[in-house]
Amino acid sequence: MKILKTLAGAVALAGLMAGPALAADMTVGFSQIGSESGWRAAETTLTKEQAEKRGIDLKFADAQQKQENQIKAIRSFIAQGVDAILLAPVVATGWDQVLEEAKDAEIPVVLLDRQVDSSDDLYLTAVGSDLEHEGEVAGEWLVKEVGDKDCNIVELQGTTGSSPAIKRKAGFEKAISGHDNLKIVRSQTGDFTRTKGKEVMESFLKAENGGKNICALYAHNDDMAVGAIQAIKEAGLKPGSDILVVSIDAVPDIFLAMQNGEANATVELTPNMAGPAFDALDAYLKDGTKPEKFIQTESKLYTQSDDPKSIYEEKKNQGY
Amino acid sequence: MTGPGLSTFRRILPQLVALVVILALNTAIAPGFLDIAYANGRLYGSLIDILNRGAPVALLAIGMTLVIATRGIDLSVGAVMAIAGAVAAALITSDHSLAVTVLATLGVGILCGLWNGALVAFLGIQPIIATLILMVAGRGIAQLVTEGVILTFNDPGLIFIGSGSLASVPFPVILWVFLGIVVSLLFRSTALGLLVEAIGINRRASSLAGIGTSALLLAVYAASGLCAAVAGIVAAADIRGADANNAGLWLELDAILAVVVGGNSLMGGRFSIAGSLIGAMIIQSVNTGILLAGFPPEFNLVIKAAIIVVILVVQSPASHTLFAYFKHRPGRAPDAAPATPPARETGKEAAR
Amino acid sequence: MVKNEPLLRADGVGKEFFGVTALSNVDFELLAGEIHALVGENGAGKSTLIKILTGAYRRDRGRVCLDGVAVDPADVKDAQALGIGTVYQEVNLLPNLTVAENLFLGREPKRFGLTDRREANRRSREILDQYGLDIDVAALLGTYSVAVRQIVAIARAVDISGKVLILDEPTASLDAAEVSRLFAILQSLKGRGLGVVFITHFFDQVYRIADRVTILRNGHKVATRPLAGLDRLELVSLMLGRELKAEEEQRAEPPDLATKPVVASFKGLSKRGRIAPFDLEMRAGEVVGVAGLLGAGRTESAELMFGIHQPDHGTIEVDGKPASFSSPRDAISRGFGFCPEDRKQDGIIDDLSVRENIILALQARRGWAKPLSRKEQEAIADRYIAALDIRTSDREKPIKFLSGGNQQKVILARWLATDPRLLILDEPTRGIDVGAHAEIIRLIGELRERGMSLLVISSELEEIVAYATRVRVLADRRHVGELPAGEITADAIMRAIAASENHGAGEAAGQAAAGTRESVA
Repeated sequence: MKILKTLAGAVALAGLMAGPALAADMTVGFSQIGSESGWRAAETTLTKEQAEKRGIDLKFADAQQKQENQIKAIRSFIAQGVDAILLAPVVATGWDQVLEEAKDAEIPVVLLDRQVDSSDDLYLTAVGSDLEHEGEVAGEWLVKEVGDKDCNIVELQGTTGSSPAIKRKAGFEKAISGHDNLKIVRSQTGDFTRTKGKEVMESFLKAENGGKNICALYAHNDDMAVGAIQAIKEAGLKPGSDILVVSIDAVPDIFLAMQNGEANATVELTPNMAGPAFDALDAYLKDGTKPEKFIQTESKLYTQSDDPKSIYEEKKNQGY
Repeated sequence: MTGPGLSTFRRILPQLVALVVILALNTAIAPGFLDIAYANGRLYGSLIDILNRGAPVALLAIGMTLVIATRGIDLSVGAVMAIAGAVAAALITSDHSLAVTVLATLGVGILCGLWNGALVAFLGIQPIIATLILMVAGRGIAQLVTEGVILTFNDPGLIFIGSGSLASVPFPVILWVFLGIVVSLLFRSTALGLLVEAIGINRRASSLAGIGTSALLLAVYAASGLCAAVAGIVAAADIRGADANNAGLWLELDAILAVVVGGNSLMGGRFSIAGSLIGAMIIQSVNTGILLAGFPPEFNLVIKAAIIVVILVVQSPASHTLFAYFKHRPGRAPDAAPATPPARETGKEAAR
Repeated sequence: MVKNEPLLRADGVGKEFFGVTALSNVDFELLAGEIHALVGENGAGKSTLIKILTGAYRRDRGRVCLDGVAVDPADVKDAQALGIGTVYQEVNLLPNLTVAENLFLGREPKRFGLTDRREANRRSREILDQYGLDIDVAALLGTYSVAVRQIVAIARAVDISGKVLILDEPTASLDAAEVSRLFAILQSLKGRGLGVVFITHFFDQVYRIADRVTILRNGHKVATRPLAGLDRLELVSLMLGRELKAEEEQRAEPPDLATKPVVASFKGLSKRGRIAPFDLEMRAGEVVGVAGLLGAGRTESAELMFGIHQPDHGTIEVDGKPASFSSPRDAISRGFGFCPEDRKQDGIIDDLSVRENIILALQARRGWAKPLSRKEQEAIADRYIAALDIRTSDREKPIKFLSGGNQQKVILARWLATDPRLLILDEPTRGIDVGAHAEIIRLIGELRERGMSLLVISSELEEIVAYATRVRVLADRRHVGELPAGEITADAIMRAIAASENHGAGEAAGQAAAGTRESVA
């Protein structure tokens, strides 16, 4: 192992001595968690796309949800002497040693999408979305949309206790606080799934006078919103007008709903984590510019006026 | 014994009482709970929601009851639901007809069941392990079919299965009631019921008495696979998409719970499909009640667990002994042997 | 050694369950250094009596004295503390714990508040040494044979209690060698001054080991007698409460076999490790008795004939046409039936009713799609309940609540309902009471006269003599001889078995019987 490290170090050193690497001839290893969701698949697609666009040689490793596979992949990247490593960590803990090894080999590591519990000098930066901010963007849209009218909101939470559920809820509440005409009247978990989103929405409709008391739905992800939209339709109401629908993630199907006027707004959790990551790496490898330890991606708001049809087509091709 | 009809009713009486109690609780929590309205060509109300939302678990419970009657268990049904949903969505989106889609999907479900059955019947693998294999692998298979995305479809025929209604009753409700009746009739009007019970109580003795135990085990697991496939189609059609990650997730446990709450023993033997179906409705009533109550979601599982515990405790042999004691105060002779039957039963179960 | 003052004494003990008298005014006494047999038909009150003595039941009436002091054990633990220990037929120890852990369960030697495993193992070895048992006490009990477990259970009971040892059918699942071993241990305990109460169905064993016998019938004590000078017929008639008819000695009339058609013939059937090749021709109207020591290959032969296992070699012909059985189902379709030896494991479906148990094989043969109507089922069940005198309050009663003898009759009824042409009975009288015993023997004769072909495996030679028209003798997993009608006597069978064993090593077969079981060294 020590020999390997020394060797890897030597290779990296040789790379550095040849002069600052340019993006064009950069080799980057990417250890991806797997493809457990459409969003994850899109992240992989976009990372490959971004690499190609910049002429980066991307070495891709799918860990199939296993940390040991990721550790193995990183060690092999180090051995191959890549210029940088992108890591979407499957869990938060247990990374110290392998990140240490990368640091010894002077290979910068950029975390994508998720954080780790290791000391922050073991990686260059982390690129990710601010979950609380996403909730805030959704809330702010709704505040603007309803204006001075009274509005009873029902909320479909993510999986109870998960950090997106906690933060997206907190951000939304922050955005509507101080606007006394907006009130969350019901809040239940829909487990981030369409089935539960539909089932829970059905019960909200029953409990709130057949839905007549409900002015807006806030769902912690688009899938639950898609399920809830069906429940609203089956109850004889018009989603998008009788009940406003705002959710987070911006997966393709919500754009179809927006196209049909059944959903109003979504906040994008961009799968393009690689773009900002490559930008930071470029700057760092060129002249050693150290980026912030956390690079926040844009939480972009999409509404019905954003040509949802073409966004749907575009997103569909990203592997969602 | 006064006719099989009455004895069946007496058998499921505790479950019916539990159901009524839960429904009464729900009514107390949500005042409009019992209201049923007619809207958009179908019945509409919380009671209808329970019947409709409970459909997947009810469908699974039908097959699960049979498997458990043979002293088996089928952990794969949730994963088979995911596979079935994926297959149905994949076929319908590649322009196959509804008939082909549904038949092929049911065929895949039966195939999954046959796989489980073969492991149990021919290789002698314990059912919990045998079906665990497909439980783990099944979602992977479903993901391969959907290529990792939620495969959505717009075929009105397929959607009808999940959210259409017939004679103003939601179609999934019709499906599970119909399937429940058909399977009950099939097993009770033929000798299948008796033979399955015999296998569950003593497989070796049943085989020595000339029962084709392997063929029956295969058939029972295939039936469970079929029921899971129907449930999978319903779940996918309901949301107009096959969600390989989440379709049927943990529903195998709800189905087992429905069977047990329905008064069937996990030790196999005597079974009642009607009991299991009522069990499924009890579970769904609890779920719907919790949603209507408006508690914070952190309490959902705790409340559900507490209610289930109460139901199971009331059904337990120990509390029966207690009831029996109050019913037959000493001095009144029951017709059983002097040795108290419940004690012997527990002794036997411990020995198993 | 036998002292005159009783060690344990019960006076006028009575017990009722829900108004039904189970035990009425029973006196019982056990001397120190005595082995006292307790016999009676099933339901005579043996279990109730010992459960009262061991504290499992509270008596309603009467007195129990131990060493002249009145005692009233509240539960089994209490009785153990007083000095009364019990060992049941199904050993009530834990097979997933080690031998030592079993011996000291609930009273583990402690060191610094923790179980002292080494001390427990050391003391376990000491204890088992007294029984001549040299086994690894740190191994799991489950890895040892039933016989060894039995001895461990006795050792534990004696170590805890040390005055009175009650054994409930301890020999039911032991082979001859193991029984001898057990009896040697009982003799040594007797020598140490313990009182032993011994419940069994085997008369031979009563005579071999017991000093006195107490006979119970219908909850009453009939008599207590020293065994010296008590002849068998008298003992049986005391148990039954009537003079024994000469049934057990009745000799089957030898049929004129040449006129009877061959039902099935088996040629060169064999399976490696189970039974050497054998030929057998079964004719209508005959009873072929199968004799041999445990493990001689009797059950193994029957299993090949009935399709439970498939032979490596050999052919089967039924009615002159070749047949092959891949499962019992195939054999049943050709008119075969088989009552297995282990009624509980292989025979009864315990939660099903008497009716369902009776019609099961017939229904299985008809196939699931052709159910017998409820009416037909009830008619069949009622017919056999009456014909075989099956004692049950209700045909819908689960079979598990019936006594062993009545369960056996239900299994017989199950096969008779299929109207078999060849019926194989494996130890049909094991573990059932004397009354049912005689009825089953009579039934075998009746079935033969009706033209059925029967193969009956039994360990009780007198019984084989009573019904067999010829006897197949097995030893050491081979068919070693056959006695034709007219030459069948218990002596002749024994000589045939003995003759086949090298140097009178009859024990060898017994040892082989243990199969994979650990033999008692």
